[in-house]
Amino acid sequence: MASNEEILAGLAEIVNEETGLAPESVEMDKSFTDDLDIDSISMMTIVVNAEEKFGVRIPDEEVKNLKTVGDAVTFISGAQA
Amino acid sequence: MPRKVVITGLGATTPIGGDVPTMWANSLKGVSGARTIEADWVAKYELPVTFAAQISTPASEVLARVEAKRMDPSTQFAVVASREAWRDSGIEDVDKDRLAVAFATGIGGVWTLLDAWDTLRDKGPRRVLPMTVPMLMPNGPAAAVSLDLGARAGAHTPVSACASGTEALHQGLELIRSGKADVVVCGGAEAAIHPMPIAAFAAMQALSRRNDEPELASRPYDTARDGFVMGEGAGALVLEAEEHALARGARIYAELGGTSVTADAYHITAPDPQGLGATRALKAALFDARAQAEDVVHVNAHATSTPVGDKPEYTALKAALGAHIDQVAVSATKSQTGHLLGASGAVEAVMTVLAIYERKAPVTINLDNQDPEIPLDVVTTARDLPSGDIVALSNSFGFGGHNAVIVLRNV
Repeated sequence: MASNEEILAGLAEIVNEETGLAPESVEMDKSFTDDLDIDSISMMTIVVNAEEKFGVRIPDEEVKNLKTVGDAVTFISGAQA
Repeated sequence: MPRKVVITGLGATTPIGGDVPTMWANSLKGVSGARTIEADWVAKYELPVTFAAQISTPASEVLARVEAKRMDPSTQFAVVASREAWRDSGIEDVDKDRLAVAFATGIGGVWTLLDAWDTLRDKGPRRVLPMTVPMLMPNGPAAAVSLDLGARAGAHTPVSACASGTEALHQGLELIRSGKADVVVCGGAEAAIHPMPIAAFAAMQALSRRNDEPELASRPYDTARDGFVMGEGAGALVLEAEEHALARGARIYAELGGTSVTADAYHITAPDPQGLGATRALKAALFDARAQAEDVVHVNAHATSTPVGDKPEYTALKAALGAHIDQVAVSATKSQTGHLLGASGAVEAVMTVLAIYERKAPVTINLDNQDPEIPLDVVTTARDLPSGDIVALSNSFGFGGHNAVIVLRNV
């Protein structure tokens, strides 16, 4: 079980690996598309990498609901519980 | 008269140099890009061929990490070479609706395709990368170059095996002559030094087995030649309507006077022993350029170093140029670079443009005992080309019976 802070840090690492964005720019209230400029293909890569890192399953139909980094952290945290 | 087309920018990443100045300097010295492959898969699959001519400057040293990871190696090479060519052209302002791309490949994203298949089998469909399709598609290099430069007058991908790179120049010339574009970034890219293509080319007995002496393996026209050496990389050329280049005061390397593409319709892999398709391509390209056989001073030959391939090209050259062939300085640069498959024509076009511009023919290495059945005047030490008006040819032939020829002249 990872804390929300740990999940955020892990996500920031994945986003950095995929897009080159600085990890500190990946904050809870940031929108993946509007703020971080992440396209749908990158988003799917991030989702699959997050599944592996956190040992959770993020269904495809759930991905469209993950608008902000905070949404993803909350979902992963819930899925781990 | 059709619009005149000139070449104003050159780029390359090859086994004998990661940029044009390095490659050109090495090609005049005569170096081999072939080495033993330092990868565990050579031993793992017990490959019968253990060497190749790999790129001398990895694309990862040139491209940003994040952009590189979204590209197959073939596309990485295309982007590296085309950026160099674009910078070299000095073009600052161009109507992007009049800027096209014709970027060839022989095989396409074979690393991506086979990596994705391995991932599917080992880890399941969820782990297959979402970027797999755009990375493996053969138009990937052309699309990436178009995206990189903002070229909107079409992004084309000629695919004709080892003639692809030369066919790209043919397509570029046509695009400008027909008025569909003013500037075309042409080229070819290949990244197929992967165990599967090596196994497949070896299975058809096309590759040299000189595993103990990789540097000596690519030896066109030599009696001891035993197959080609796999190479990788990309070449890129900026083609420009002459009036467009003159209007911006561009440095012009050479004129692309004419091109021709023919098909043997003889055999899927074997060259027509009489070289009839190649002869027709040579004659048609000279006619297209309104050049005479006697104008030709230099040929960058296809000459892959296979026992069966080198001679029909000689037969074709003799048929097309007649007795004048004895006056022509012939360079077989695959002796240095290996065979870059769909990129070879583009890289050799870069060398032939520089041969015209610098008036120097690059070197053929490893020619110890010239095949008496191929009595060409082969350039073995860098040779000056004559002053005055000169014409040079570059030939490429591909599995499938594809023949492509370009005709370059000084300006």
